Amino acid sequence: MFDRRLFTNFDWTLLAVVMLITAFGVINIYSASASYREIGTPYYLKQLYWIVAGLSLCLTVCSLDYHMLEDFAYWLYGAVLMLLVLVLLIGKTSMGATRWIHLGFFNMQPSEPMKIVIIMTFARYFSRYPIFKGLTLKELVYPLLLIGAPALLIMKQPDLGTAVLVSMIAGTMLLFVGVRWSALVTLFAAAVPIVYGAWNFVLHDYQKNRIYNFLNPDLDPLGSGYHIIQSKIAVGSGATLGKGFMQGTQSQLRFLPEQHTDFAFSVFAEEWGFAGCLLMVTLYLFLILWGLGIAKRCNDRFGSLLAVGVSAMLFWHIVINMGMVIGLLPVVGVPLPFFSYGGTSMVTSMVGVGILLNISMRRFMF
Amino acid sequence: MKQPQNILPDDDGGGRRIIGLSLGAFALFFLLLSRLWYLQVVNADDLLNQSENNRLRFVPVAAPRGAILDRNGKVLVSNTPSFSVAVIPQDVKNKEQLIDNLARHLNLDRKEIEEKWAKGQGRAKYYPLVVASGITRDQMEFLEENRLSLSGVNMEMKPIRAYTNGALASHLLGYLGEISEEELNSERYQEYNAGDYVGKSGIERSWEQYLHGTDGGRQIEVDARGRFLRTVEETGSSVGNTVLLTIDLDMQKVAEQALGDRAGAAVAMDVNSGEILAFASAPDFDPALFTGRMPPEVWKKYLEDERHPLENKALKGMYPPGSTFKIITAIAGLEEGLIDEHSGIECPGYYKFGNGTFRCWDKKGHGHVELRKALRESCDVYFYKLAERLGVNRIAAYAKRFGMGAPLGIGLDNEKGGVIPTEEWKLKRFGKKWFQGETLSVGIGQGYVLATPVQLASMISTVANEGTIYRPHLVRKVIDSDGKVLQEFSPQVIGKAGLKPQTYRLVKEGLFAVVNEPRGTGGMARLYEVKVAGKTGSSQVVKLRDSKGDVPYRFRDHALFVAFAPYEKPEIAVAVIVEHGEHGGSAAAPVAARILRSYFEGKGVIRKPVPKPVLQEEGGESVAEPDPGGESGSR
Repeated sequence: MFDRRLFTNFDWTLLAVVMLITAFGVINIYSASASYREIGTPYYLKQLYWIVAGLSLCLTVCSLDYHMLEDFAYWLYGAVLMLLVLVLLIGKTSMGATRWIHLGFFNMQPSEPMKIVIIMTFARYFSRYPIFKGLTLKELVYPLLLIGAPALLIMKQPDLGTAVLVSMIAGTMLLFVGVRWSALVTLFAAAVPIVYGAWNFVLHDYQKNRIYNFLNPDLDPLGSGYHIIQSKIAVGSGATLGKGFMQGTQSQLRFLPEQHTDFAFSVFAEEWGFAGCLLMVTLYLFLILWGLGIAKRCNDRFGSLLAVGVSAMLFWHIVINMGMVIGLLPVVGVPLPFFSYGGTSMVTSMVGVGILLNISMRRFMF
Repeated sequence: MKQPQNILPDDDGGGRRIIGLSLGAFALFFLLLSRLWYLQVVNADDLLNQSENNRLRFVPVAAPRGAILDRNGKVLVSNTPSFSVAVIPQDVKNKEQLIDNLARHLNLDRKEIEEKWAKGQGRAKYYPLVVASGITRDQMEFLEENRLSLSGVNMEMKPIRAYTNGALASHLLGYLGEISEEELNSERYQEYNAGDYVGKSGIERSWEQYLHGTDGGRQIEVDARGRFLRTVEETGSSVGNTVLLTIDLDMQKVAEQALGDRAGAAVAMDVNSGEILAFASAPDFDPALFTGRMPPEVWKKYLEDERHPLENKALKGMYPPGSTFKIITAIAGLEEGLIDEHSGIECPGYYKFGNGTFRCWDKKGHGHVELRKALRESCDVYFYKLAERLGVNRIAAYAKRFGMGAPLGIGLDNEKGGVIPTEEWKLKRFGKKWFQGETLSVGIGQGYVLATPVQLASMISTVANEGTIYRPHLVRKVIDSDGKVLQEFSPQVIGKAGLKPQTYRLVKEGLFAVVNEPRGTGGMARLYEVKVAGKTGSSQVVKLRDSKGDVPYRFRDHALFVAFAPYEKPEIAVAVIVEHGEHGGSAAAPVAARILRSYFEGKGVIRKPVPKPVLQEEGGESVAEPDPGGESGSR
């Protein structure tokens, strides 16, 4: 079953870039959590375990031919959707949000696999769909329902960040497939009342506050606007060359919120300055363009769509997280792939990379 | 493997869209980089500054004020540590709850804390705001233990004033208080900050610039929760200068004890330098109460007391000098050649002038009166007649030559100048013509004439030293913390009375007679070891001359006494006023005697009474003079 070509065609560049980013991530987590009181395994070490676990999962994923996924896609979609419903019914509530299902020895957060599953589902849906001149409004109905169901369930948890991400990943795939201008305009026109309705009836107060505070962080500098202000100060005070490893005052004195997870990049920016940020942004841009390149080189539509989807997933995580850290976007709990501390994010991102590697090394097989 | 039929069906579109997506990704990443550039390069300085402000805080360290010492270096006021509670509003998580907790544990009123809190609005960021001062050690320890649940609360140790002698010389020394809004805006307090303590009265206020040290501060690094991490930089505070007064602690004590709880004032002055040796105003107040939290009931008590304990009567009290002013009238008469030692009048006990009758204090009359007897027995009729001949303007001219009618510049704020009326003055002040009858009142120190105890002391001092007006002053030296003398105040002559020697001799003889001769009104000021000369005075508060029996306190006459000693070679002058004390001779003269005694005891001229040992030894030396403990001995 294993072809020698699989090994020779293995995409070492992609893996190398990912490993480089994770390495920076571990170093940064070491600094970010240096001021924490030690309880058990230090964060950087735990992150290393997660990288190992993620990598093995990544390699497992790429060892199986991705075409198999086409058969499972709808089943997986159905199963994860069921889990999302279950979360709302029997989920574990923590910090005001119900996101986890208790599965005996570990807790599962079904919104996270939904990011991958929606990619597979859309790839599956459009791989067999005869469209050539862009989707019409009518043709968009089913895809929008496919997005809408999980997005609404996730928003109900409430987890605005993930809901937006799932929608954006799927939306990017739709754009790739092609949408007619007439349909886009109509959708946009319809979006206005939907957003209005969502603002008034769906969004929670804390979510609205985040948006208010993003628009004007000085409204409540010690309350919810605090994170944005402190993060901007951290990033900016890094200046061109940064304050040096472990020397960031904003992070070491803990003015930053969640500095080893969502605001890890803020710590990095403070300590490594614009030079470091330029390097990181370049690495991420390379990763995305590389992923899109895989999509372009792929010989089948399913693989191509998968690669676009995974690239979109990584891309939107990066843009939203960095945008939040540097005060361009409101604070939503979106981690920076491979960089922020956290097993869930690491596993999802690694599975995504596994899919990319999978597609990349099988492009010559047909 | 299946679906090979699906190999990029839209080859034309797919590749182009990948490029489109790549460009989109590129554009958004470029946006991220631009923003990073904006923050990290364009705005770097500002944000770096903000991050420094985040972690670095300035903690002011209050400088101890300089001490105030008496002329011999004995401590009148020094410092002691005091604990206060400050909050840094920016670090407080739950304001309401914190205020509740503080109010409960410190026994304070919520409103009070809220007011102080509100006053701190607009203060520099992270500037600790004192909400309670003068808390006890127990309360401090309690707060220290519960520090974790009281985020934003800081305990501060500050030096505060220690009044070693309690309320002694409270008016002279003055008290401290938080700087007021008004003071903050004035030029005098340019370098002060809100929340600083400044002298509010007395020496503390007038010598503020010397006493106030230079505040220091520490730059500390804190974490996000405002907890102290380390000191980055420290500038030491430097203690204020020591002010050495001219006051003699022992004489001051005696003067205050002698006044007791009667309202009044006593000023003792060195005749040959103008140095003020005792400066008492009674009743006194507790200056320590002003620094901390004044209990409202104490405040109310002070305000409602008809003896006005908060008023510095020695400096600001203006009283009709009464018969003590006869010294001036006599001097004017002698200098103008209207009288000599032999010229005499008849005193029937009254003097009819115009439509009215001016009474002598002694209704029986004094019979034949010349100058010496007039002064000795304080005959009003003699001075009515003399004043009539002098006219008010001439009397005023001599009063002014003795420094009366204007502040002397003793070095305290708000010194009063008294009033020496003239015809012109009345016209200007009231727009009315002077009446001749008013001149008679002026002649015996009544009517419009007003003088402060300091002025009376200066006047009698100038009589004693025969014409030199020294500026009365309270500060001898200002010494810095290293013991270096910064300023020394030598005697300053601010005027000369310029009278004929004969005039001084005659007046002084009269004043000697007042104290030392039979029928003299000031006999109670007599000391056996030292010759004392003086003049009594009883000044009318309201015209109630005829009424008999119990006069209500506030309508009783003021009792005055001015004196100097030794008669032959004067060293010290004293002015005493006992408000509503009725008779200068019985109420004020004994006070003066005790002050004079204390002075000469200090000089070793009079032996101090030795406290009697419990076991009386046989043949114990007889003590020269028993201590006149309670001055109840009436006449």
